[in-house]
Amino acid sequence: MLELRLPKKTPPGAEQADPPGTAAELDPSLAAPAEDAPPAREVVRAHGINFFYGQHQVLFNVEVTAYEREILALIGPSGCGKSTFLRTLNRMNDTIPGARLEGEVLITGQNIYAPGTDVIGLRRRVGMIFQRSNPFPFSIAENVAYGLKVNGLAKKKGEQADVVERCLRATGLWDEVKDRLNKPALALSGGQQQRLCIARALAIEPEILLMDEPASALDPIATGRIEELALELKEKYTIVIVTHNLQQAARISDRTSFFLMGRLVESGRTQAMFTNPQRKETEDYITGRFG
Amino acid sequence: MSATASSLVRVEQAHWGDRVYSWALRLIAALVPLLIVAIGVELYRGSQPSRVAFGWHFLSSSAWDPVFGHFGAWPYIYGTLLTTVLALLIAAPLGVGTALFLAEMAPLWLRAPLGYLIELLAAVPSVVYGLWGIFVLAPWLQNSLEPWLTAHFGFLPFFQGAPYGVGFLAAGLILAVMTVPFIVGVAREVIAAVPVSQREAAYALSATHWDAIWDVVLPSARSGILGGIMLGMGRALGETMAVTMVIGNRPTVSASLLAPGYTLSSVIANELTEAMTQLHLSALREIGLVLFGITLVVNILARLFVWRVTRGIGKVI
Ligand SMILES: Nc1ncnc2c1ncn2[C@@H]1O[C@H](COP(=O)(O)OP(=O)(O)OP(=O)(O)O)[C@@H](O)[C@H]1O
Ligand SMILES: [Mg+2]
Repeated sequence: MLELRLPKKTPPGAEQADPPGTAAELDPSLAAPAEDAPPAREVVRAHGINFFYGQHQVLFNVEVTAYEREILALIGPSGCGKSTFLRTLNRMNDTIPGARLEGEVLITGQNIYAPGTDVIGLRRRVGMIFQRSNPFPFSIAENVAYGLKVNGLAKKKGEQADVVERCLRATGLWDEVKDRLNKPALALSGGQQQRLCIARALAIEPEILLMDEPASALDPIATGRIEELALELKEKYTIVIVTHNLQQAARISDRTSFFLMGRLVESGRTQAMFTNPQRKETEDYITGRFG
Repeated sequence: MSATASSLVRVEQAHWGDRVYSWALRLIAALVPLLIVAIGVELYRGSQPSRVAFGWHFLSSSAWDPVFGHFGAWPYIYGTLLTTVLALLIAAPLGVGTALFLAEMAPLWLRAPLGYLIELLAAVPSVVYGLWGIFVLAPWLQNSLEPWLTAHFGFLPFFQGAPYGVGFLAAGLILAVMTVPFIVGVAREVIAAVPVSQREAAYALSATHWDAIWDVVLPSARSGILGGIMLGMGRALGETMAVTMVIGNRPTVSASLLAPGYTLSSVIANELTEAMTQLHLSALREIGLVLFGITLVVNILARLFVWRVTRGIGKVI
């Protein structure tokens, strides 16, 4: 079992060992998620992450922080390690043979790579949405209820139905599917499937949602709905979203981290970063000069 | 101009060669199903005297008397089905479990060598299995397992009577060993074919490895695994040599697994060379026809199952 440690109370401005280029984070007015609000709680803090697939290093000393109830966007050209980094946050990379990580990831202050960490319990707190929607070949209701089942939650039928309804409502899917809850999930459209996957992730009440290009396989309308949904979910959850779409990052995220070739180049408030990037690489990327 | 013309000719020639080649291939490909049909037709025609003499009764009668010319296939059908079911009851869980271990749990360096070893089981000649059955398995059954079974489970109809060593149980065990590699081979492939995205979906919902296997991998692979089991079943139904060596060769219809029995393939192998009368010969051919029919149906079903999975149709419940 996971040892319970009290969350480390580090105000966002007081981070040490920041790599060059995260100047925005050093300025509390830029880093704090909401102006005039008390400093938000750090929910995710990745510190000094080096990541290897076998001998091949793909992340170099990455530092990323996400605060409570914000959307943090991870951007960067293809292959720069965004997905790899995102998957370090719920230890999804554990399943890849030969993968290795150095550094630490604190989720509300606990290092999830500490020996003896309960990885299964961790994934209950940190949900994940994948690039390609991946519903199970079960019915719609069974998909949403799967997390309850494996976690031994909501054992009674009635409770389960309540959770299914609540999650489907939260993702705006309820009215579209309420008459066919027992039909196969794979018969839904791509956008509906992706929202179903989000509903499925919500059912076990995570604190953090990781989304890896959740809309990249969807048309603009379905994409819009996912974006709206992310903005609604941010009221309750901390969201870390990987996106290729800079407009999307600008539309929905509070803060953005820009990755390049496995290194974090710059992190900061999205607006500030898009209007006034601190680093030349960032500027080149967001003005479309490469990537 | 002339260059163009000659290259056109060459294209035409290549075309012609292609056509010959493609027709030759089609002919060869057509030969296989034709051969199967020819075998069926031949068995059907060859069994005419027996079919006329006994009709459908042939399938349900237990008489087998070459001297007076009474023939019925029931004990052989029974023996074939019983040993096959017995073999599958043992081999299916063993094979699927082994496949799961190989595909999901074994350390990477162990997977390939272990897989080869299991495939090697399929390459051992069946007469070798038969020898092992006679010299090792049957004595062990007679002296150890069967007395133990009658002592502890003798109240069940399956474990009654004297321990002979040879019999349904021995044949079922040998067949189980022989079918395991087929089941492992297919099951391993369909398990590995379950997309990573499905497993990751389960893990992301805080499923354990076991949850993911049980809830996601096995259901998706289910019909493919069933196909593998049926392939193994096809093998068990038709296996002759090893079974003939250990089953006891006595046409018995008995619930007891300890009793000696007989199978369709064994009776053909044993009696074909000694058959004197036309009727006896044709009865053996009818037995062949029955076996042919059963294995054909089982194999077609098995292929259909495997095909459904590899085409991804099986995944959409
Ligand atoms: N399972 C793996 N085994 C080995 N190398 C991998 C694996 N997954 C990713 N990589 C490599 O790691 C690097 C980073 O990949 P990653 O998928 O994290 O990039 P990404 O930023 O998400 O790219 P994209 O925007 O195209 O999704 C790439 O060079 C990739 O080839
Ligand atoms: Mg990616």
